[in-house]
Amino acid sequence: MSVRSVVARPDAAAPAGAFAADAARLPDEGAGRRARAARRRQFKVQVLRLAFAIVWLGSWELTTRVGIVDKFFFGMPSGIVLRLWTWITEGTALGPLWEQVVVTMEETVLGFLVGSVLGIVFGVVLGSNRLLADVLSPYIKAANSIPRVVLGALFAISLGLDLKSKVATASILVFFVVFFNAFQGVREVDRNLLANARILGADNRRLTTEVILPSALSWIAASLHISFGLALVGAVVGELFGATQGVGELIYNAKNSFDANGVFAGMALLAVVALVAESLITALENRLIKWRPNPVTDVAI
Amino acid sequence: MVRHALAPAIELRGVTKRFLTPKGGVYTAIRDLSLRVAPGEFCALVGPTGSGKSTTLALISGLEPPSQGEVEVLGKPVNGVGSNIGYVFQADAVFPWKSVLDNVAAGPRYRGASNREARERAQDWIKRVGLAGFEDRYPHQLSGGMRKRVALAQTLINSPEVLLMDEPFSALDVQTRSLMENELLELWAASSATVVFVTHDLEEAIALADRVFVLTAGPATVKGNYPVDLPRPRNVSEIRFQPRFAEIYEEIWSDLRDEVLVSYERQKRSGAA
Repeated sequence: MSVRSVVARPDAAAPAGAFAADAARLPDEGAGRRARAARRRQFKVQVLRLAFAIVWLGSWELTTRVGIVDKFFFGMPSGIVLRLWTWITEGTALGPLWEQVVVTMEETVLGFLVGSVLGIVFGVVLGSNRLLADVLSPYIKAANSIPRVVLGALFAISLGLDLKSKVATASILVFFVVFFNAFQGVREVDRNLLANARILGADNRRLTTEVILPSALSWIAASLHISFGLALVGAVVGELFGATQGVGELIYNAKNSFDANGVFAGMALLAVVALVAESLITALENRLIKWRPNPVTDVAI
Repeated sequence: MVRHALAPAIELRGVTKRFLTPKGGVYTAIRDLSLRVAPGEFCALVGPTGSGKSTTLALISGLEPPSQGEVEVLGKPVNGVGSNIGYVFQADAVFPWKSVLDNVAAGPRYRGASNREARERAQDWIKRVGLAGFEDRYPHQLSGGMRKRVALAQTLINSPEVLLMDEPFSALDVQTRSLMENELLELWAASSATVVFVTHDLEEAIALADRVFVLTAGPATVKGNYPVDLPRPRNVSEIRFQPRFAEIYEEIWSDLRDEVLVSYERQKRSGAA
């Protein structure tokens, strides 16, 4: 660092004489050139993205049409679009399409909220209570190591086939992710900040609300992206274990009638839902931690 | 000085502080340290790195209890963090998620002032440290010097009777540093606070303080206690050229040098091991 700046100094000082005029003109031109280059690059990326979709979907469509790939097992893009269209215009076997999406969304959002709130509360409590954390840590580790989606089967039995079992499955998946992040966030609080707040007169309640929670928030916020995806997984898996409505149930039905296009159509729906939710969470995150030097802006890779 | 006739603002008597190391050993940061600071006095603690200067401040502030000995501030034994203490930390300790205004207003709010009153007082202090117009910025949008100003305003708004400063300007560039030192002296002159200023920079200590304590290489104890009889008000960047400054510097340095060498030898040895 220091070596580089020492080396750079003679260069920076050089245009002081004859090149001063050049040097003065450079920044403007440089900025314009950089902006143009950035636009060109952006355009290139968009074109390549489109090209990727055309090649991918086109080759899929072509190979299934020609018969190299069996469309019975792998579906075909035109068939998927057609299936989605019939679902939209004529409804599904389970009722109107929007109803299925709303049901799945409801389960996902509720599961996400329940899991997040519980995760934050438990994470903060255990993070600030050393003894409790030490006592419970083996149980938490054990609970975390089992594949929790199988609990969906248990919930389908105990909570029934309606909303509750899916919310439970989704929230338990969300809980652990948020919990660990909140726990870690509380543990990693800067000692200097705590000391400073105490000197400034903060009592224990203020220390929690003014220092520990805000500083854990960036950890928690980082986990929300993953945990919303997991909430969706939980809701859909819950539906697969037994349901009367929802996109997961739609996929399950399609599978039972050997309808590959139906399965893909359901996946496409879930992808749209997940992408919309992702952008909402990014907006929420940028709001929550706008004080951070580099808010996460390039999630949509 | 007449000030010394008064009861001391800060008094440490035979204080020892030990810490448990992560490996289970015991580390003695301070051993049998005694010092007195008169009310309103600006004193500096100098010593080689790792000589327990910060620990001394932590004991005075009440953030850490002593293992042995007594710590008294304003005539009362220290028991937990007192309300008349201000502490400017070495590292950035302003809240990164609060704007400048909310950072400065934090102290009064914690101490029970209404939101409006806290903000009004914060506005005033922001102006006093020269940050008017930056109220809505977040710390990461400010330079290192500006963040230190926020920290100063945040501390001074509580009008502490005892102001502890732990190498507050060590991370700043030389120009910003002497600017901030002068501003600190002005702000201090307008208050009646007793200051304990920790630094490893002897020049800074002499330029700022009424009295310089030299600490030994850790475990720390007071090796020397030097009054600085330079006139006030001082300009930090000019006072260094006074002949008397050089005299005082030489006197204290002969004491400090040995400790620095001890500490340096130790570091070399632990580095080689």
